[in-house]
Amino acid sequence: MQIQVNGEPIELADNATISVLVTQMALEGQRYAIEVNEEIVSRSQHDTQCLSDGDQVEVVQAIGGG
Amino acid sequence: MTNTVSSSLPDDKPLIVAGKEYKSRLLVGTGKYKDLAETKAAIEMSGAEIVTVAVRRTNIGQNADEPNLLDVISPDKYTILPNTAGCYTAKDAVRTCKLARELLGGHDLVKLEVLGDQKTLYPNVTETLSAAETLIKDGFKVMVYTTDDPLIAQRLEEMGCVAVMPLGAPIGSGLGIRNPYNIKMILENAKVPILVDAGVGTASDASIAMELGCEGVLMNTAIAAAQDPIRMANAMRLAVESGREAWLAGRMPRKLYASASSPIDGLII
Repeated sequence: MQIQVNGEPIELADNATISVLVTQMALEGQRYAIEVNEEIVSRSQHDTQCLSDGDQVEVVQAIGGG
Repeated sequence: MTNTVSSSLPDDKPLIVAGKEYKSRLLVGTGKYKDLAETKAAIEMSGAEIVTVAVRRTNIGQNADEPNLLDVISPDKYTILPNTAGCYTAKDAVRTCKLARELLGGHDLVKLEVLGDQKTLYPNVTETLSAAETLIKDGFKVMVYTTDDPLIAQRLEEMGCVAVMPLGAPIGSGLGIRNPYNIKMILENAKVPILVDAGVGTASDASIAMELGCEGVLMNTAIAAAQDPIRMANAMRLAVESGREAWLAGRMPRKLYASASSPIDGLII
């Protein structure tokens, strides 16, 4: 299946969980937040919530700002 | 000469934001630094305890070894204040705050800024009011960036914002406190901390904000864009402390004509 992550297409195995995406993006151990189709998905659900073809995912982190 | 006088001065009250006490009245941003090492050094030098960050998309394919801002500015050491910079609508600002809360493990103190225009980065007041209402209902503690309009500042306080932060001048302009009389008017009725956010260019600007009676000053570019940011961070720390001390001391009245400092009696002529 194909999903959009931060506006870019990414191929993932069908029914992959959010944790699979997190691993693929090498984000483990970092502070990040994830939104799927404009809804926050809390960290406790990352292992169980599956992604679907066409999902719009946002992955954000803290960066320098004023 | 040792300074024995200052040690006998009574302690100042702490700055209290959303029920938490802070010794430092200088709040700093983390943008525009050369690298994370400079960010860290400047923030340590500033003595700030509340530090703003932005929330942005993770770069796909980013080097996994690259240090993260929050590894350098630890939430264990600092109160992290995520901002909504770059948001032009209430919806985007609320969405950003929700992401920030998730990112910071439920931390609900945010700096709300909804901008109206790219050239001035002036606050969009109507969208700011709308976002503040939604966020407060959702349990956020909102420190709000706004114009120096006393009526809007009061309205934001009444809505339940934990701090109101009028601009001194446009973000990143370094023009200083352009309308001190409006800041004075805002301070007169305020029951929540009023902090000048944006516009400070150099140390004297920060002192002026504090001498007006502000509870604190928030700045980023004035430090980050200085020739030597670390030294400017120190200057700003001292300026905020000096301005606060001067405000606590209460300045002398202004007079049009001179008043001799030396006694008239006992002159030899």
